[in-house]
Amino acid sequence: MSAIPALTEGRQRALPALFGKASRLLATIAVTIFGLLVVTFLIGRVVPVDPVLAVVGDRASQSTYDKAFVELGLDRPLYVQFGLYVEKAVTGDFGESLLTKKPIIDDIARAFPATLELATVAILIGTLLGIPVGVWAAVRQGKLVDQVVRIIGLLGYSAPIFWLGLLGLLVFYAKWGIVAGPGRIDISYEYAFTPTTGLFLLDTAMQGQWAAFRNVVSHIALPAALLGYFSMAYIARMTRSFMLNELAQEYVVTARVKGVAEWRIIWVHALRNAAVPLVTVITLSYASLLEGSVLTETVFAWPGLGQYLTNSLQNADMNAVLGGTLLIGIIFVGLNLLSDFLYTVLDPRVRRRS
Amino acid sequence: MSTPVSRQSLGDWLTSEQPVSRSQARLGQIWRTWKLFSGNRLGMVGLGIVVLLVLVAIFANVMAPYDPLLGGDLRTERLLPPSWEHLMGTDDLARDIFSRVVHGARLTLLVVALVAIIATPIGLLVGTVSGYFGGWVDTVLMRITDIFLAFPRLILALAFVAALGPGIENAIIAIAITSWPPYARLARAETLTIRNAEHIDAIRLQGASSPRIIWGHVVPLCLSSVIIRVTLDMAGIILTAAGLGFLGLGAQPPQPEWGAMIAGGRRFIIDYWWVATMPGIAIFAVSLGFNLLGDGLRDVLDPKAGK
Amino acid sequence: MSQLLTVENLRIAFPSRKGPVEVVRGVSFSLGRERLGIVGESGSGKSQTGRAILGLTPVSGTATAERLEFDGINLRNASPRQWRKLRGARMSMVMQDPKFSLNPVMTVGRQLMEAVKLHGGKTEARDKSLAMLEAVQIRDPERVMAAYPHELSGGMGQRAMIAMMLITEPDLLIADEPTSALDVTVQIEVLRILDRLVTERGMGLVFISHDLRLVATFCDRVLVMYAGRVVEELDARHMDQASHPYTRGLLNCLPTISGDTRPLPVLARDDAWLE
Repeated sequence: MSAIPALTEGRQRALPALFGKASRLLATIAVTIFGLLVVTFLIGRVVPVDPVLAVVGDRASQSTYDKAFVELGLDRPLYVQFGLYVEKAVTGDFGESLLTKKPIIDDIARAFPATLELATVAILIGTLLGIPVGVWAAVRQGKLVDQVVRIIGLLGYSAPIFWLGLLGLLVFYAKWGIVAGPGRIDISYEYAFTPTTGLFLLDTAMQGQWAAFRNVVSHIALPAALLGYFSMAYIARMTRSFMLNELAQEYVVTARVKGVAEWRIIWVHALRNAAVPLVTVITLSYASLLEGSVLTETVFAWPGLGQYLTNSLQNADMNAVLGGTLLIGIIFVGLNLLSDFLYTVLDPRVRRRS
Repeated sequence: MSTPVSRQSLGDWLTSEQPVSRSQARLGQIWRTWKLFSGNRLGMVGLGIVVLLVLVAIFANVMAPYDPLLGGDLRTERLLPPSWEHLMGTDDLARDIFSRVVHGARLTLLVVALVAIIATPIGLLVGTVSGYFGGWVDTVLMRITDIFLAFPRLILALAFVAALGPGIENAIIAIAITSWPPYARLARAETLTIRNAEHIDAIRLQGASSPRIIWGHVVPLCLSSVIIRVTLDMAGIILTAAGLGFLGLGAQPPQPEWGAMIAGGRRFIIDYWWVATMPGIAIFAVSLGFNLLGDGLRDVLDPKAGK
Repeated sequence: MSQLLTVENLRIAFPSRKGPVEVVRGVSFSLGRERLGIVGESGSGKSQTGRAILGLTPVSGTATAERLEFDGINLRNASPRQWRKLRGARMSMVMQDPKFSLNPVMTVGRQLMEAVKLHGGKTEARDKSLAMLEAVQIRDPERVMAAYPHELSGGMGQRAMIAMMLITEPDLLIADEPTSALDVTVQIEVLRILDRLVTERGMGLVFISHDLRLVATFCDRVLVMYAGRVVEELDARHMDQASHPYTRGLLNCLPTISGDTRPLPVLARDDAWLE
């Protein structure tokens, strides 16, 4: 009886609470993105590379140099420069790449789908393998399976990804020839289809170019398996610990008392609860794949964001580096937001409380 | 103080239920932790690897049969496969890879030690100050921490190295700058739980200044959990440093840094696999060692989190 | 009286660093369609006894008994399948705190209907659930069906739990401290509902509690457990005949309204009782 008023009260309060939460969240995001801008701006200012020389070249006359100096706004106070920087960044203008002579935003837009495709395939592998493996390890805690999973995880945490990538290329590509080599697609297939989404797997499949599709698969298999292995190690470990926690809860006993079958207790009752924190783990893991891609893409000559970043770095192309860094930072924020959102969807307790 | 030792065994003295001095209690605590830890086989393996790393780093000069920087005869000793003469073979400049890996241990240890020395105090300071004062200080400091956490670590380190210029010192600074935020979060959480403890109130009533309370009473209490966290992070630090080296942004040639050595051997991977493989094994073994050590420590000191 | 449950020499042991530790050391009793109370302090093994009857001893522990029979079925070597058929359908258990014993991410309705569906009755699951909620005196069953456990108060949650456990009309109910987590005001109400349903349906009830007075008013017979053993078995109507010093101690602990019992009596313990 005392619960009924509490119940209705909760339902009534839910809507404004949701708005309150949304506005607080928006404020947090705004502050974080502002912070990202400050950090990238400051990094850009402390670079020992003279930005003017980078634009005009080191054989320019003093007058050209001075003109460019003013054009770049370098004569103005720092906060004005920052204001200009923010203004440009908001409209997606990060300047021009020294290397490609194109707007950085265009370069990034071209490179991003490659990274997205790789990370997505990897997270699918990691999730689809990691969750069952983690559940299995939890159910057989302390048994052989559990030990094996632990060791697989430890190996994943300890091996340098670029090194494993090289070894993988050596064995699977050079020695056995069961996967394609570096790159995203063979040149002969590159014009077999029109890249609409930029995700080659999707593009080739939608246009029915199955030969090209197979080629794309054989290229993506190794890097995706590698990144997938790392995220599987992490996801399996976390799944195991969440499941151990859930299986020790009283509601599991309740389900047993009701006569629920063990598989159903594990996969429906307990996993449904473990899914709540797992979503955060998976989104974070997805985000860290973007990070891992910097090294993996270098090894596999994968034309994505990571490779763009390292190429720009090696050529001291600061605008491109900072643009890319900023963008990845924003994606990180976005993914955090997504995980918060999914958390609310999955956990009825949060849905009301906040 | 020496009498109890002579009358009973050292073990009894350490495990005594009634320690007569503070140091006895503390030593006893360390002893019991050690007893627990030494029962953890994988943890002991990890400790063994880390101790080995330190020994190799100290005695690199004695252990390395060849000079790590000067190669042999370029005509006859380039890219030799592993043999008794060259345990790990030679690289494209006819340098003995084993000697380079041995000397590389020094660089790895240097990176880990310096990052820990730089990042731990920053994290502790930011976290304890934030947790102790609360209010707007807390809000501002935690916002800054969040901003750093919003960047993927390696990518922020890349940006910093790009700005500071490549080199092992700058790589260390960049990794340190990107490592402290989690420690700050942890120290803050710990501080929040002890801030209102009665003994802190008592010290405050005695008129101790805030810096004195934070430094003398809050920081020591946060230290142990932060140190465990740092130990757990060390494998990650090693991998990040190696990654930067691999991208040519860490240690510069001819320094025998393991990541850079892999990058150097990359061109020959198909015909001369050992050039890139050997330093990779070293990185793998050392970071595995730190992971095992960290896991073991966590199992002992925080049994709930591990199992 | 036909015996519903017979337990003979039940022992439950858990491993520890110093070898196995027995938490239940040879408990025997039998139960007809009556209400049996098991009283003891925490750690006395009363809850583990209750769980062992349902075959729910945690995996780390081992339960052995010379006899463990439910309605003529030998439970000692029942297969997991047999257990699943018995649990829920013929024997069930109400646990202490609905905050933990209900699955937080499933609606009360889904959890209730799951119990019905498991033991045949797919079509009428919803109607049956609604009727059962009414039987535990929930006035707005539709709304409670759609609610998540955290949206219910403790008393409400426990009533939903009772409904879930009785919905299949079992023959035996084990109630493990069913009211200890509830507010005092709600306790009596929940107990009354439980009592009425148990009596109406003629079930056997094992009521586990630390509260001797509560058990005495609510049950027909009382077992007093101490350190894994039954130290005394009593008729609930004649509590004053208790002879064991531990039981007497428990009885004397109860405060009375009139008398001033200062200094408060301290429960005596004797290592001899361990034997």
